This record gives sequence, C-alpha cells and structure tokens, in this order.
Amino acid sequence: MRFDEIVALDSVSFELGASETRVVLGAAGSGKTTLLKAAIGLIRPDSGKIYLLGQEITGLKEAQLFHIRSGVGVLFQEGGLFDSVTVEENVAYPLLNRTKHPDTLDEAETKVRAALRFVELEQTLEQYPSELSGGMRRRVGIARAVVSEPPLVLYDSPTAGLDPITANLIMALIAKERDSRETANLIVTQRYQDGQLMANFRYNRNSGHLEPASTNGAGGENGSNPTRTIFMVMKDGRVVFEGTQHELEASQDDYVQKFVPKHT
Amino acid sequence: MLDFLKPPVAAIQDFYVLSGRALRNLFRGPHYVDDIAIQMDTIGVGSLPIVLLIGFFSGFVITMQMSRALAQYGATGQVGQIVAITLVRELGPVLTALLVAGRNASGIASELGSMKVTEQIDAMRALGTDPIQKLVTPRMIATCIMLPLLTIVADFVGLIGGYVIAYFSIGLTTSEYWTNAYQALEYNDIAQGLLKPFVFAFIISLVGCFYGLRTTGGTQGVGLATTKAVVAASVWVFVITSLITRVFVNLH
Repeated sequence: MRFDEIVALDSVSFELGASETRVVLGAAGSGKTTLLKAAIGLIRPDSGKIYLLGQEITGLKEAQLFHIRSGVGVLFQEGGLFDSVTVEENVAYPLLNRTKHPDTLDEAETKVRAALRFVELEQTLEQYPSELSGGMRRRVGIARAVVSEPPLVLYDSPTAGLDPITANLIMALIAKERDSRETANLIVTQRYQDGQLMANFRYNRNSGHLEPASTNGAGGENGSNPTRTIFMVMKDGRVVFEGTQHELEASQDDYVQKFVPKHT
Repeated sequence: MLDFLKPPVAAIQDFYVLSGRALRNLFRGPHYVDDIAIQMDTIGVGSLPIVLLIGFFSGFVITMQMSRALAQYGATGQVGQIVAITLVRELGPVLTALLVAGRNASGIASELGSMKVTEQIDAMRALGTDPIQKLVTPRMIATCIMLPLLTIVADFVGLIGGYVIAYFSIGLTTSEYWTNAYQALEYNDIAQGLLKPFVFAFIISLVGCFYGLRTTGGTQGVGLATTKAVVAASVWVFVITSLITRVFVNLH
C-alpha cells in the first residue's frame, strides 16, 4: 500500500484467529493506523489481499462492505464520535443503521443502556460528546464499538493522550470486553503497558475484577500464553517482530527493545 | 513533463466522481429526510435575514443610480423596468448565490472538514453508512430547494427597495412603478432567473462538500478547506452566470 510516493505498508501479512488478541506496537508513522483501516476496507491496498471475517474484501464495492463491517467494532483514535448528536444516539448508531436487520428504537435503547453500563457511563445518555472528558469519550467509543456484539473489535490507539490511570482504566475495559464475550481483538498502540495488560490479565466474571491470567486456570492448554496474545512490532510499514510477550522481551533488536521498558 | 497538471486534473476527476455519486443517491435509499430538513433550515431559513437585507439594498441602490442616468433622457418613469430586469435576470440570483456561498459553502466545508480530521467520516463508513448519502446528498437537495426560493425572496424585496426610492425620491406613483416593472418581465427572464439559482445550488453545495471531504492536516486544514470552498464556489457562480446569460441572450 502506498500514498503518493510514500510506502505506508509493505508486505504486511498476519492472521487473527477467533478470540485471539494481537497487539501492534510501533512508532508514530509506522503504518499502524493504516493497517487497521485497511483491515476493514476503509483504505484499499495497491496489491495483496485482505480477508475480513473469512471473506475477501479487497475487490468489494463500498456498499457490499457495509454488511461485513457490521461484524466488526472499531474504536477510532480520539473516539471518532459524531459530535452533532448525543451519546445515546452515537451508541445507537450502529444498531439503527446496519444494512441488514436494523433494530427498532426499543431494542436499540435496551442495548445502548447495557453497553453504556458496561463502560460505566450510563448517566451520560443525554450529553453531547463535547461535554465529556477525553477518557469518557474513549469509553463511549468502546460502547459504540461493542454495542452490536461483533466477534472482532479493532482499537486504534485506545490510550493515546490519556494519563496513565485513565489509560489503565480503558485497557481494563478492553480486557473485560474480550473476556466476557470471547472476542478477537486487534489493538494498535504505542504503549507497551497496554499490551502487557492484555497478555497477563483476565477479567474474572465471578469476582468482577481483573486477575493475573495464570491463577484462574484458563491458561492450561495454551502454555505460557493463556490470553492468546501475540505482539507485532512495526517499523516504516514493515513488520519487524512477531511473537509472544516472552519472545518480545527477549528480542535483541534495538528498535523492538525501545518498546519494552527495561525495568518491568 | 506535464506533471504539474496532474493535481488539478485529479481534483476535477474527484469532483465529478463525488457529484455523480451524490446525484445517483437521489434515486436509491436510504433517504435521510431528517438531515434534509435540518439542512433546509440552516441553509434556507438561516440565510433569510441577510438575503432580505442585501436584496432590499440592491434594489434601493440600483434605483438611485439608474434614476440619475435615466433623468438625462427624461425617462425616469422607466426605472421599474430596469430594476426588474437587472434583479430578476442577474443580480438577484448572483447576489443570493454569493451570500449562500459565503455562508453555507464555508459552513459545509468546515463541518465536513472537522468530521474528516476527527475520523467521524471513517467512523460513519465503518458503521455502515455511506457518508455521501448521509452528508452530501441531503445538503445538495436542501440547497437546490432553498436557493431558488431565497432568490425569489431577494428579487421581490429588491423590487420593494426600488419602489421606496421611486416613490419617495423620484416621485413616481405606486402603479407607475409596479406596472412598469411587471410588464418588463417575460417568461424568458423568469426562466433564466430560476434556472441560475438551481444550477448555482449544485455548485455551492457540492464544492463545499468536496473541499470538506478532502480536508487533511488538522484544524489548519479545516480553515484552508473553508477558504478554498468559498473562493471556488464564488468563482464558479460567475463563470456559470456568464454561460447561462450567453445562452439566453442568444435564444432571445
């Protein structure tokens, strides 16, 4: 894929299986967001093929894509909320506007409330996105991404520009989302801690808290990678590393090492 | 060698693609009636005060200027005719279009531009809505309905402005002015005066949407897109009015 003369993505190839998590790390301008947008057909590649939910989307027309995309939730950088409508209408948007079987207003309202309760923002229904803080907007964005219960959720820099505490709150929500519905996740981020949280913690439905993944026994068959989290590091549009957290920390590559804090 | 021609040619091509899609969407659903109504309110009702003001004063000023020129021939009684023809054929449509271009092409470009840079357009596509269907077509329909109506209003208050001068300053009677103005107009003039705003409406709305959707580079980009939209829309209004006038003058 290239923009004018600049190659944004070059020979990037990966597969994301059901209920797997893939964390894409990389410096600004390394092609992370482009990768995410190409994955749902918002940008078309010059060559190569993209399969989304088992269907090839590379040659499809925009109108045909709409239906496939309704199986994917997306959180955009900064949330991407429509600022001319209320939080409630924002979250209801994917339900009311999907091409096949749109919800009735009553059905949508129940689901919208549930989704907003999930991100603990039920009280903001009538507010406009501009009245919310950056972290709240991100949480509403998550509610909108998951309200239609898609099997795959893409997160574009969910913690960018947030303070560490809010960032952890957002990542905890993403982990909670993953583990309560067993979704596949593609998370693009600059923060290693985000990936670390996804790889090492699971949401426990019984206690309602995040717990270290190894203690709740779910990790048995997956060995040292109980959350099935794969890391990928990008540089100038190329994938320079792909592997588990253990392999990432053991990597000797200078560029890859920049993303792994030395004292963890 | 001719590389410098590539960007403008590509821009024209993109503009045609956008216009084609916006027009095609007229004939396929879903239609966002609410959005059309909101846009009609913003573009039509919102522009009404300034259109009334400018329309009135253009008629007012033309009459003052013309009364002096006509006095040389002792024909100040014909002032209604001159005001009617200049307003209905040319100044009404063009002034209204320029006002709406300044007010709404900029508004459309900045709104869509902000949506573009904050990824709301991408979000819309990701959530299964065609941004052209949801944003461009309603604005186009609303402008095409409202601009001719605004032009009619501007023409009428312009004639009233002319009447004020004709009555109080020149000393014509009410019936002298209005009969003269009314009889000067032919169907040809009316057709021309209504065709123009209709064509301008396409240009203004589509140019605004075009520059808005092409916005890149954050808030600065939004400002740039807005400026470009107003300049381009205004220039096209003049080009098109010249073309249409040329055609109608030949028809006559």
